[in-house]
Amino acid sequence: MSKANLLDRRQVVSTLLADRKGVVAIGGLGASTNDICAAGDHARNFYLWGGMGGAAMIGLGLALAQPKLPVLVITGDGEMLMGMGSLATIGLQKPPNLSVVVLDNEAYGETGGQTSHTSAAADLVGVAKACGIADSRAVTTMAEVEAFAKAVHDVSAGPRFANVKIDSASLERILPSRDGTYIVNRIRGDLGFQPI
Amino acid sequence: MHARPDAADMTPSWPDDIFATLQRFDVRQVPYVPDAGHSKLIQRVLDSSTMRGIPLTTEEEGVALLAGAWAGGQRGVLLMQSSGVGNCINMLSLIPILRFPFLTLVTMRGEWGEFNPWQVPMGSTTQGVFELSGVKVLRASNAAEVPAVLEAAAAQAYNALTPTAVLLSQRLIGAKVFTK
Repeated sequence: MSKANLLDRRQVVSTLLADRKGVVAIGGLGASTNDICAAGDHARNFYLWGGMGGAAMIGLGLALAQPKLPVLVITGDGEMLMGMGSLATIGLQKPPNLSVVVLDNEAYGETGGQTSHTSAAADLVGVAKACGIADSRAVTTMAEVEAFAKAVHDVSAGPRFANVKIDSASLERILPSRDGTYIVNRIRGDLGFQPI
Repeated sequence: MHARPDAADMTPSWPDDIFATLQRFDVRQVPYVPDAGHSKLIQRVLDSSTMRGIPLTTEEEGVALLAGAWAGGQRGVLLMQSSGVGNCINMLSLIPILRFPFLTLVTMRGEWGEFNPWQVPMGSTTQGVFELSGVKVLRASNAAEVPAVLEAAAAQAYNALTPTAVLLSQRLIGAKVFTK
């Protein structure tokens, strides 16, 4: 990767979650789910280890169920490309409390770094905008990340989308729990729901 | 246009039975990919003040949506046609992993007087796909059995977290009639 000004994914995610308050954070399959764990395990972290392409839709279901809570999906370019239609579904529902961040390293980092469509052609900000997500930003600086992190807490002005160009460094894996039932029930418990 | 062998007119009442059951089970999110057989139910959902109809671009979006809804404390149901079941396969893995209540109502094509051969392969494997994916299958073949089947399906899906698909047979819906 020869491009300048690429951001560090862990710094981006820890900034997004630094002052998270009630935020429910969903990490897409791949390094993104490790990144939200690296920023600190939390009862409201939804770690995905599968279901590729589903992160944004899980965020939509949660955002519609909990309209007063900020819901933040943090996923990768490959995962977002697989669920690109969900941007159209979100654009139609317009949940004001949902934010989607794509950590775009233009590659499938988990499978050997093969280049993704965003490296040469696909413009996810353009896609999100064209799907009706008016607040769609191309983020290249930490100042813009900080501004987006603040905006996430405004549950009346979304949905919003940000594509953050990050470097392709392969970082130490910080592995969250792989027990999906535990992860979901921990979120439900923290939101005040009892087990069935 | 649909021929409706089990209904006296063009507005069958079984979709109202389904709607009433879903309401009673406090279903709130209703993701769907449209199908003619679901059109009346979809309209009831879109007119409802307690349910939110959510059009999808592809059916697997609905599986993921229901997982998120459950994490946020709401129940949902996925409406689709048999062709869409194949689109869901990998996403169905979320159901046993996350253990959320999963109910889907599937209008069948590719059986009972089908005109379009392209509907037959997926229609023929719909039940098998569900069963291999850990989803129990119930079927309603006539309007009279819809209420009891829906009641059983919703009860086991929401009370016992038993992933359940209800196949609404083409015999119930009526084979699609293609006219020039």
